[in-house]
Amino acid sequence: MNKKPVSPLLMKTKSAGASILSSLVCILIGLVLGYLFLVILNSKSAWKDGLLPIIKGGFKSFGNEKLMKTGAHMKPLGMEIAEAAPLIMTGLSVAFAFKTGLFNIGAAGQYVLGAFGGLYCALVLKLPWWLCLLAATVCGGLWGAVPGILKAYLNVNEVITCIMMNWIGLYGANTLMYQNGKSPMYFLKQAKTYTVASKSPKSLIPSKIFGWDMTKTFNYSAMTIAVFLAVIVAVIIYVIINKTTFGYELKACGSNKNAAKYAGINDKRNIILSMVIAGALAGFGAGLFYLAGVEQYNPQESTALPGQGFNGISVALLASLNPIGCIFSGVFISHLSVGGNAMKQSVFPKEISDAVSGIIVYLCAFSMLFKGFFMKLFEGKLFHKKEGGGKK
Amino acid sequence: MTGLILLIKYALLYGAVLLLVAMGGMWSEHSGVINIALEGIMTIGAVAGALILCLMANQPPALMVITSILVACAAGVVYSALLAFASINLKADQTIGGTALNLMGTALALVLVKNYNLKHGGGQSPKLTYNNSPFIFKIGSITVNVFVILAIILLVISFYLMYKTKFGLRLRACGEHPQAAASVGINVFVMRWAGVLISGFLGGLGGFAFVVPSVSIWNFEQGVAGMGFLALAVMIFGQWHPLRIALCALFFAVFKALADIADSTFLGSLKLAKEIYRMMPFIASLIVLAFTSKNSKAPKAEGIPYDKGMR
Repeated sequence: MNKKPVSPLLMKTKSAGASILSSLVCILIGLVLGYLFLVILNSKSAWKDGLLPIIKGGFKSFGNEKLMKTGAHMKPLGMEIAEAAPLIMTGLSVAFAFKTGLFNIGAAGQYVLGAFGGLYCALVLKLPWWLCLLAATVCGGLWGAVPGILKAYLNVNEVITCIMMNWIGLYGANTLMYQNGKSPMYFLKQAKTYTVASKSPKSLIPSKIFGWDMTKTFNYSAMTIAVFLAVIVAVIIYVIINKTTFGYELKACGSNKNAAKYAGINDKRNIILSMVIAGALAGFGAGLFYLAGVEQYNPQESTALPGQGFNGISVALLASLNPIGCIFSGVFISHLSVGGNAMKQSVFPKEISDAVSGIIVYLCAFSMLFKGFFMKLFEGKLFHKKEGGGKK
Repeated sequence: MTGLILLIKYALLYGAVLLLVAMGGMWSEHSGVINIALEGIMTIGAVAGALILCLMANQPPALMVITSILVACAAGVVYSALLAFASINLKADQTIGGTALNLMGTALALVLVKNYNLKHGGGQSPKLTYNNSPFIFKIGSITVNVFVILAIILLVISFYLMYKTKFGLRLRACGEHPQAAASVGINVFVMRWAGVLISGFLGGLGGFAFVVPSVSIWNFEQGVAGMGFLALAVMIFGQWHPLRIALCALFFAVFKALADIADSTFLGSLKLAKEIYRMMPFIASLIVLAFTSKNSKAPKAEGIPYDKGMR
């Protein structure tokens, strides 16, 4: 049987379509299971006070006329966007390392180090915002370098070293930022670090872009250009991975290390660089979060790593490791968490939204199954498999 | 002297937890499945056991102890079945599946705890209050809890099962070379399921052992505070062997105990931050990993989904 030649562009579109559809299936199943959970907790108001606020997310006050008049309806949306920026970055961090076949579970630790670097430059050195961001990036990159070097030269599993580095980073950064309450960054009264705005306003990421004041539009003080920076970085990462020799080498190392070596690619250098860049991306994300003033860092919180690090894994997997996809999945995960907070807390705890994103990651672990299903569906092979006489 | 007694108390407490959970990781990895979900399994075991304690507050102590321990173990087994299903039957990436279970673990625990508190007039508190006195007793002036004894018994059983029975040999074969094991008639799927479920059993028990004996109020926002990951480090440090794991668990436990008692003893005069002691086990295992990875005794086939066709 003669096969029609398939254009590569068509194949690519089909593959991308299958990826997007399989992610959507993951999301749908996650939401359905989440709804079941809500029904078990309280069947009466599961829809009105539970799932509806999750689906609305940052748009919850749209349509509320009283809030619309003052412009306050924009604030939840602003929070959603401001919290999406670091998630996009940690997602990119995980996705980038994955391209080289490395699982960067250490984004959380790199994120903490980024927070330390950025806040130190802002609160103590009082540098301008872009230098603070750079410091956050460098600190994250350095933290990412350690697992990279250990993997490249001593062949230590990066998952284990990343986990160790996470906790070392958390305890280390917390010690430096707290110093028994004597640290210049620690504000005893609030039991958190000082706000960047109070110590060094010029270290805050600007909120005005081409004369448009985002803080005013969104009625939210931490609404800055951070999200645009994240989008720009995502595009840059996309170009690096898909359009440069370096990106090609990274992918070659990821799919078959030995073949890449045989072709003359320096696999050790690529592994280290990949981890450094992944770490830098996570550190940059922390900078975007803390230098925008979304929250103050709490250095006494030493029992749990920041959620953004682990949610980065959800973001990357939901995006099928595509950097552009990370922008959308980052916004989606942030949408879920804002929606979780909007649920009626006296009936439904906000952690349900975390559970939903956990379910989605679990499903993503075998999303290849879904993807294979959709590929077959697109090629029309699903329902008449035997027609062509087997695989040929 | 009081410092030393405190140190022994906490070292025994943490040592038992780390031993149980690291043995759990060992069972799973010897069967060929990386169990990074230990943290989540511990949290689920802990929350299940603690909720039973709350519900059974007026029952006789012996019944309370036995039921809550069994429920914690059962919860761990059920939760680990999710990992087994994804990584064995669906051949999913084991690390991603495990990470998902970790993410879900704390979230589920908080939902359950808050729901319980809302229904029993505790508001939206993420904390559970329970009676832990039946679990604790004294030998001389040292406080011991039932989990220390359980951990030692389970260590002996684990060692015997793993190295002296057919079951253990077959299970280890599946982690070294599953295709070779299958060629002599061993059912790799069954063995891997067994490994993961045993690890869920020990993980759930370990989580409960961490939460209950030390305090009578637990804030589930922190999950189990990284103990699951520390146990993974113990397992690697112990080179996947139960007796070495026991020694390493004790070593790590002493450091963790030092962090807890640093302020109240002579160590307080050193003016080191608590975090330094907390960091040490992780730094130590990082260094050991760096130097021993070349002749690591890790099961050869761990992390690779079993594919019958690959020989």
